[in-house]
Amino acid sequence: MSSTGASWGCQGLSVRYGATVALEDVSFEARAGTVAAVVGGDGAGKTSLLRALAGTVRPAAGTVRRPPARRLGYVSAGPGVWTDLTVDENLDFAGRAYGLSADELDRRVAWLLDRTGLAEARGRLAGRLSGGMRQKLALAMAVAHEPDLLILDEPTTGVDPVSRAELWRLLASSAADGAAVVVATTYLDEAERAATVLVLDRGRALLAGTPDEVLAATPGLVVEGTARPEGIASWRRGARWRAWSPDGSAPPGTSPVTLDLEDAAIVAQLRQDRGRAA
Amino acid sequence: MNQEKGVESAVGRRPLDSGRQIRRPGRPASEVLAEAAGATKRFGELLAVDRVDLAVAAGEVVGLIGANGSGKTTLIRMLLGLVAPTAGRVRLFGEPPSRRTRARLGYVPQSLGLYEDLTVAENLAFSAAAYGSSQAALQGELAEAGDVLVRDLPLGLRRRAAFAIALGHHPDLLVLDEPTSGVDPLQRARLWETIRASAEQGAGVLVTTHHLSEAEQCDRLVVLASGRVVAAGTLDEVVGDATAVEVRTPTWEAAFGTLDLAGLPVGLVGRNLRVPGADPASVGRLLAEAGVQAEVATVPASFEETFVVLAT
Repeated sequence: MSSTGASWGCQGLSVRYGATVALEDVSFEARAGTVAAVVGGDGAGKTSLLRALAGTVRPAAGTVRRPPARRLGYVSAGPGVWTDLTVDENLDFAGRAYGLSADELDRRVAWLLDRTGLAEARGRLAGRLSGGMRQKLALAMAVAHEPDLLILDEPTTGVDPVSRAELWRLLASSAADGAAVVVATTYLDEAERAATVLVLDRGRALLAGTPDEVLAATPGLVVEGTARPEGIASWRRGARWRAWSPDGSAPPGTSPVTLDLEDAAIVAQLRQDRGRAA
Repeated sequence: MNQEKGVESAVGRRPLDSGRQIRRPGRPASEVLAEAAGATKRFGELLAVDRVDLAVAAGEVVGLIGANGSGKTTLIRMLLGLVAPTAGRVRLFGEPPSRRTRARLGYVPQSLGLYEDLTVAENLAFSAAAYGSSQAALQGELAEAGDVLVRDLPLGLRRRAAFAIALGHHPDLLVLDEPTSGVDPLQRARLWETIRASAEQGAGVLVTTHHLSEAEQCDRLVVLASGRVVAAGTLDEVVGDATAVEVRTPTWEAAFGTLDLAGLPVGLVGRNLRVPGADPASVGRLLAEAGVQAEVATVPASFEETFVVLAT
């Protein structure tokens, strides 16, 4: 099984596609037995980072540490399953591709069908599964060989909260068994479940660390009020306004809030934009 | 557990904050723009929507939350006038949905509904012509991107273009499907600024989503499961006194394995575990019997945990 204490990741990683810089000087660590979240919007560089970790993209600079390809599991964004094959055939295909023996394959497929709740759908074509079930199948295929490094590109996009909770339970289960799990998402509230978080913005690391470290490193004060505070950067949170006070003072009519990762990322983006403008 | 929480009392009861005055003249703050009363839709054997009550008033943002298959999409289709209810009543602006009510509605589907091979400006002109409205001016970054084909725009700008087009004919009711999915937090906050500005100018907004970060932007939530409303109210009201058991342990892997094997819906948060809706004593006992050292405490449930308990 997995080598305990192993750590995978990258150092000073840059990825370019022709003249386009997808990633610039990004460092990232994924430890055995933990879940690491990579967060960012469309075009932030999440997929480039995951591909470089998986070895399917050659870095323009920097180093990548990863286990041999046979010890990797990868779930790409998109279908990630063979839609013309049944659930059983998909699992069979994935297990054989990773060189499982017939006995091992039987044991793993039985366990995975049970764990994913896909047992009743095992004869169904993957193309006819719901979005959540399809993602569970893709994840089951990626963990059939009990990889040391499990990489998932937005596994919960378009997936409802019930299926999302099940997917997280499955990937936590891989981490509990010793895998290093890397999961990309566009949602910071989802990233709060991970042991470490890397927030990417336009190919660069915006924030990195444990959720607590990221919150603690946010300078100044985030405040909330019913009207838009004057003179400082502000954004909506429901019917109310939030604002970032760099000097730590609460403007009149506002009160400090308990920071979450969403606030921390917004503050970091505001600071970066200010830095660029200056 | 699954009792309904004040669905009918939800219309227009929220006092307006200062600065949230509705500026459009001639319309009371509590005017109901969209309403479903006992709305039911049956497809053969399948009861897709079962006696649902929902109202969206002018000036408010209502979140419709549900898992796939909960009846969310069918309910929206009824409100848009695309399918007729089997029983019950659906009203838009006080009348049955029709071509006329359609003209007062702005809809942004998840797929955004843009013509990919037209420019932003061409999309806007096309929509304005279809609605017979004057064409709104593009602003900021979107103005700079006016001559760019939609398919060549980054997702954040594509979303803003879809908003600008949906708002172009000044609709009274906005229906948005996961309006901020796929964009970064700052872009998400800016999109919500646009949505909120519409509400403050008197529009009603109905948002369908299953993400917490969108749900918490809404004034009120209506939670659907198996075609029925299982909870409604503010986010705090929906969560109510629901709890989760939090497990702190130096060996989360062992604790996770134990609770997972016992069939509990255990979730990982950092290096702690949470079990929504569980009994702390039985969680503690399971862990003790397995020889796992752990501290167990009852904590308030998150919105997502509450939702999963309500929906299953």
